[in-house]
Amino acid sequence: MNLVESRITIIITYTLLGIAAFIALFPIVLMLLNSLKTTPEIALSPLGMPEVPHWNNYVNAWKGANFTRTFFNSAVLMFMTIALVLTTGSLTAYVLARKKVKSWKIVTVYLLATTTAPIQLFLFPLYFGFAKLGLINNIFAVSFVYCAIFSPFSIMLLRTYFLAVPKELEEAALVDGATPWQVFSKVYLPLVWPGLLTVSLIVGLYTWNEFLIATTFLQGPESRTAVVSYFLLSGQYSRDWGDLMAGAMLVSAPIVVLFIFLQRRFIEGITGGSIKG
Amino acid sequence: MYRLFAIPTLIINVSIILLPALLTVVLAFYRWDGISNPTFIGFENFEKLWGDRIFWKALKNNVIWTALFLTFPIAIGLIAASLLMLVRRGRTFFQVVYFLPMIIATVITARIWQGMIYNPQSGIVAMLNRYGYDVRDPLSQTSTALYGVAAADLWHWWGFMAVIFFAAMRQVSQEQIESARIEGANYFQLMRWVMIPAIMPTIALMMVMTVIWSFLVFDFIFIMTQGGPAFTSEVLSTMAYRKAFYELGVGYAAATALVISLFGLTAAFFYIRLQNREDAE
Repeated sequence: MNLVESRITIIITYTLLGIAAFIALFPIVLMLLNSLKTTPEIALSPLGMPEVPHWNNYVNAWKGANFTRTFFNSAVLMFMTIALVLTTGSLTAYVLARKKVKSWKIVTVYLLATTTAPIQLFLFPLYFGFAKLGLINNIFAVSFVYCAIFSPFSIMLLRTYFLAVPKELEEAALVDGATPWQVFSKVYLPLVWPGLLTVSLIVGLYTWNEFLIATTFLQGPESRTAVVSYFLLSGQYSRDWGDLMAGAMLVSAPIVVLFIFLQRRFIEGITGGSIKG
Repeated sequence: MYRLFAIPTLIINVSIILLPALLTVVLAFYRWDGISNPTFIGFENFEKLWGDRIFWKALKNNVIWTALFLTFPIAIGLIAASLLMLVRRGRTFFQVVYFLPMIIATVITARIWQGMIYNPQSGIVAMLNRYGYDVRDPLSQTSTALYGVAAADLWHWWGFMAVIFFAAMRQVSQEQIESARIEGANYFQLMRWVMIPAIMPTIALMMVMTVIWSFLVFDFIFIMTQGGPAFTSEVLSTMAYRKAFYELGVGYAAATALVISLFGLTAAFFYIRLQNREDAE
């Protein structure tokens, strides 16, 4: 709407947008401020500035939630899930975008339907099945569960990138005698990498933050993720809020930093497919 | 040959989601504690659900939740998006700020709200008490626990709606907007007669998704209140989880899961129709 607005309209607009920004940032600022305060300081006022930054909170939180181990677990889980989603998802996205096969319609509807299925619909038999096979506390097995849950929207997102590749490129490669695998790996993959990057970011974010599956399948102290470990820590000593806010900062920091640098991709990926024109 | 390309996805998806989902349907007709052999009991689980006071409470809470999330985030999102359309500077900044709560883990958001806002010893509530305002921790009151959790969820959610609606509004044709402006339409008229109708498909999709997500809500409630106090913030998904893992009633939990899915499936039907209509165009 690049039309001249009256000065007063602009002032009111910015004021309202500013209030909304304040609401969005307020709890985050509380987390930051209080992560550097002692418990008595927090009790005095959650809004006050820390007298001296109490960095020790971060050390306590790091030890309390065993972040050395659990951050590593979260990272391994995240990278395995991303690798699985990218390999299986890009193959499926390619055929759904480019090959006219009658049964594809059923596959698409099935995948869309699974994105709306409640986790509880498959959680209980899956849990007892995993228990029987000895897969509880197995990070590798859980990455398959995430792959199943995150694949459908990843495929739908990737499909649009495959659709954007000119068909002539594929036809030319086929005339030159390329096999289907070569067409996929040599012609398409180099062109759809922005889509692969976006999907990696979103899947990484969701895996890092995920709670329900992680808390159900990864209960052992050696296999817990950072989020679950933080959840258990905050359940135990729920009075040491300085430490707990420091822990919260530690878990969120990697994600927030990445988000601020790559916000365009994050927003595109998370909102992708939601805009209907 | 090309069919092979889709096989890894399908194998993983079918074995993790479809097969266990079908087993859930079967389990709903059994009594099973997760350890011993299941016993077939017909419709007994569903009859028990019908007479379960907590089930009805949970269902009612899901409906309240759906109503809350169909109104507040969508309204706030539309207002914020339309305001963003009016400004030229700072659009990216505001979008990033509004979106930030969305990327923070639920466990973290929940703990910030519990400890820094609602907590009567360390939060904003404690501060207000000191200034003489009589406010209590909403999570500890039976009448307000559900709304206390909803407020935290709402805080992390509305920015997502704002960003989606803003992206949709930016695709409205410039000519349409300008011709309305030349005819003297003010901000409210422009929204009412041009912008909202133009992005209606997006709003409809978000409403369908909101219904689906509202019946799936689990994390915030499980983390902040575990459905309490006295089951006043219980929803169907937390109830099913508790039955299966804490009370050894896997069959009963499966029956509850089927009820959740029924609501989800109805909404999913509309979702798939909206998606396919888009594809056909």
